[in-house]
Amino acid sequence: MLSLKRDKKEEEEGGGNPFNNLEKSSVLQEARTFNETPINPRKCGHILTKVLYIINQGESIGTTEATEAFFAMTKLFQSKDPILRRLVYLGIKEMSKIAQDVIIVTSSLMKDMTGKEDQFRGPAIRALCSVTDHSMLQSIERYMKQAIVDKVPGVSSAALVSALHLGKGSQEVIKRWVNEAQEAVNSDNVMVQFHALGLLYYIRKTDKLAVNKLVSKFSKHTLKSPYAYCLLIRIASKLIEEEDAGSDSPMFDFIESCLRHKSEMVIYEAAHAIVQLKNTTAKDLAPAVSVLQLFCSSPKPTLRFAAVRTLNKVAIKHPAAVTACNLDLENLITDVNRSIATLAITTLLKTGNESSVDRLMKQISSFMSEISDEFKIVVVQAIRSLCAKFPRKHNVLMTFLAQMLRDEGGFDYKKEIVDCIIVTIEENPEAKEAGLAHLCEFIEDCEHTVLATKILHLLGKEGPRTPTPSKYIRFIYNRVILENAAVRAAAVSAIAKFGAHCEDLLESCIVLLERCQLDTDDEVRDRATFYVNVLKQQQKALSSAFILNGLQVSVVGLERALHQYTLEPNEAEFDMKSVPLATQPLAEQKVRDVPGEAPSARPAQDKVAASRQDVYQEQLAQVPELANLGTLFKSSQPMEVTESETEYYIQCVKHTFSNYIVFQFDCTNTLNDQLLEKVTVEMEPAEGFEVTKYIACQSLPYNKPGTTYTLVRLPAEPTQVTGTFACTLKFLVKDCDPQTGEPDDEGYDDEYVLEDVEVTVADHVQRVMKPNFAASWEEVGPENELEDTYSLSTMSTIEEAIKNIVQYMGLQPCERSDKVPEGKSSHTLYLGGVFRGGHDALVRAKLALDSSGVTMQLTVRSTDPNVSEVLATAVA
Amino acid sequence: MGGLLSYFSGLFGSKERRILILGLDGAGKTTILYRLQVGEVVTTIPTIGFNVETVTYKNLKFQVWDLGGQTSIRPYWRCYYSNTDAIIYVVDSMDRDRIGISKQELVSMLEEDELKKSVLVVFANKQDIEGAMTVTEVANALGLPALKNRKYQIFKTSAIKGEGLDEAMEWLSNTLIQNK
Repeated sequence: MLSLKRDKKEEEEGGGNPFNNLEKSSVLQEARTFNETPINPRKCGHILTKVLYIINQGESIGTTEATEAFFAMTKLFQSKDPILRRLVYLGIKEMSKIAQDVIIVTSSLMKDMTGKEDQFRGPAIRALCSVTDHSMLQSIERYMKQAIVDKVPGVSSAALVSALHLGKGSQEVIKRWVNEAQEAVNSDNVMVQFHALGLLYYIRKTDKLAVNKLVSKFSKHTLKSPYAYCLLIRIASKLIEEEDAGSDSPMFDFIESCLRHKSEMVIYEAAHAIVQLKNTTAKDLAPAVSVLQLFCSSPKPTLRFAAVRTLNKVAIKHPAAVTACNLDLENLITDVNRSIATLAITTLLKTGNESSVDRLMKQISSFMSEISDEFKIVVVQAIRSLCAKFPRKHNVLMTFLAQMLRDEGGFDYKKEIVDCIIVTIEENPEAKEAGLAHLCEFIEDCEHTVLATKILHLLGKEGPRTPTPSKYIRFIYNRVILENAAVRAAAVSAIAKFGAHCEDLLESCIVLLERCQLDTDDEVRDRATFYVNVLKQQQKALSSAFILNGLQVSVVGLERALHQYTLEPNEAEFDMKSVPLATQPLAEQKVRDVPGEAPSARPAQDKVAASRQDVYQEQLAQVPELANLGTLFKSSQPMEVTESETEYYIQCVKHTFSNYIVFQFDCTNTLNDQLLEKVTVEMEPAEGFEVTKYIACQSLPYNKPGTTYTLVRLPAEPTQVTGTFACTLKFLVKDCDPQTGEPDDEGYDDEYVLEDVEVTVADHVQRVMKPNFAASWEEVGPENELEDTYSLSTMSTIEEAIKNIVQYMGLQPCERSDKVPEGKSSHTLYLGGVFRGGHDALVRAKLALDSSGVTMQLTVRSTDPNVSEVLATAVA
Repeated sequence: MGGLLSYFSGLFGSKERRILILGLDGAGKTTILYRLQVGEVVTTIPTIGFNVETVTYKNLKFQVWDLGGQTSIRPYWRCYYSNTDAIIYVVDSMDRDRIGISKQELVSMLEEDELKKSVLVVFANKQDIEGAMTVTEVANALGLPALKNRKYQIFKTSAIKGEGLDEAMEWLSNTLIQNK
């Protein structure tokens, strides 16, 4: 009854897929019908269709089942029904890969391919080639050659294409078919000519000279088939690319001549080939681009799409060349086909100049409501790159983004907009106020908790430093009244930051926070209570440490340290300084600014993953001799101490602990006739340093990386931190058989001089981002301040000076002070970090550019006087 | 009216008979198949797999399967045994060396359950060549006299010359009609 109902329902739906609920086992069961005589072609055709359907749905059929079904299917050869026979060919092709002994149909197919029925011949050839392996190839060779030159185009094409497929298995046999293929190229049929050219090219592919001849021969003698022309263009452009030739190549002349072909397909292919070439000048591009421009106004959507898609790609490489098409592209913005419209816009945004931004934005806004979220995201990404390109246009762009924020849209879309605004605010100080205002408006009616908390955090960070911080507080406090707990908590934190930063708002903020202490949610209440108490102390240092700058330790590290602390109860208090610091990402992530790129290009910044340093910490703890050194303070980037192509390839990583440095040498032996044993790196220590232990790598076979450690005690004198170490690799060599790796019993000592390893100031410093540098500066105080002026005569720009200082001191630039606004001749760089032993270290460098180079006034503050001294002398 | 009806029923009622042509490679199976179908000698190549044709003999329709005789193909014969009305077993009368193998194949084939009720016709082929084994020699070499519970007959044939095929088909049609 139930199934009856369902059947009825399916019928009512009509148009449903009749094969929807097929089950593999029942279909294969049905396939046994093929064994019955006489054959019912209609019924068997239907069943075979089902079999084909399930195979194409990706259903996997076991070899035994498939073979059984295949042999049953061969019985269908007794029927002469044309529809059934052609289905059988399809069946053979599909099953030839999964069933065994498929050669059983060879004779039958050979008969069909040479038979009278033309509509059987082509498909039979294809099926035959799918069941033939190269051991059998010779037996069908004669028939294939005949088929290639057959006068029926379908047969000839089928044979040529099948030959291509066979060629993947055995190039040798099909090489003997060249003469037949040559003959087929002269065919009047466009497809045969195309396929024959394809086969000829395939046979000669590896012989560059022959391919060259092929192209020059056919580019002169006019081919009839536009398809063959397109193929020839592709071959020619590949040749140009391989030879790294430019527009002077005869191949290029041929491609260019194709721009004047009468077939649109050939013209497009030629234009596409030209714009994709590497060594082209504007002059070479011009004719191709103008052809594409012409296509932009074609009545055929396919041509318009092809043209705009190609222009879009060219726009990245040659924006100037595409500018000529801007007018035509703008017309395409209103194209009924939305794919064309979106491509047109993103192309325009890539090529557009500053003056056209306004007009463009107006045009985009006219159809934003008509496109889907995915396309909208593409547009937002394009705007984002525009913001970076034309900072002066932030007004127009911001207004546009704000408008988009107000409109309907899903989370991904809104997030993209918010990210775009945030990036713009950070990059461009002039856009800050407008951007913050738009975001404030957005959180008034924002259904996404993640976005609301993100914006509140940003408001807390940036708001207090604007000229009128008070105006943001209303927006933030509204959230405390109206939103869910997570947002309320974020709002409380934001308010506290205003209180900590702006003295005149402190009173009011405390009042607001005290109200929050009555909140129903624990987290909100806790935060409010904490902040009220900190703020009431009215101490800059406290506020800076606990409100403005937050935690600086690695979350994974903190978790581990706390867990350890609870396992081993201790009288002493938990020491935050024993927790490894969060490492700052060294390279700024620039990927995000590539428009049109998938947003997934932004990797896991938010994810709390174990950092490289946490991994090292774990690794070192495995070595018993190194287990008691304390917390790993910093690990340097790996540094090569050998040339990469030498006998032994060695990288050095420096691990800094409070009183020791561990030099980790990762060694690879690249000699296959040597086995190294007892490998150590002997170091000649600099003054004050003392080598206390060598931990050897017991065995270093060919091409298997091994590690040896050298432990060095740091000098007792706290200001003595740098030095150069001469290193020598010492080891016992045993010659061995390169094949088996079997070593000789006897070995001999040998050594190998490595490059010097240097310990710099940067090795003692961990980068820490101080989000609010001024507050931290006050927090540390002037107690251990050192100041000096330097003349950096070797630096010619401020940027260069900044790069060097950052690299040398190993500190983190804060407040984006490593970016110098254009055209400024003076700049202040703020650097933050922590020195070995957990001492905060802050540096303010005032830089000025004059005729003699860069002058720098360096001010260092630290919680430890020795640290100040070390840093102040680091530059000298 | 009634005559017309019986005419139709005669046409539709005559079910196609299924015949297998088996034997070692090079015995002349494919040549026999096409000699029966089109009455001509066609050039053949070793059959990889099978050929299937419809042959009409005296208003009787036969669906004839010619299976390749190469050692590598023989294991697949069994896939085509079911519903078989008759087996034509072709022997190269010149091939004295392999008549033993031919016998083995015949014996093991006849042991198959699916072929229990099939009629057996043996063609001692290539009788046109001088020095060929006689029918009796072939029959004895195959051990035919020892067969039990099987309707069989042996004919001397020459596919090239077309000799002996008619007699064989005549006997086969009569036997199959009687079997009905």
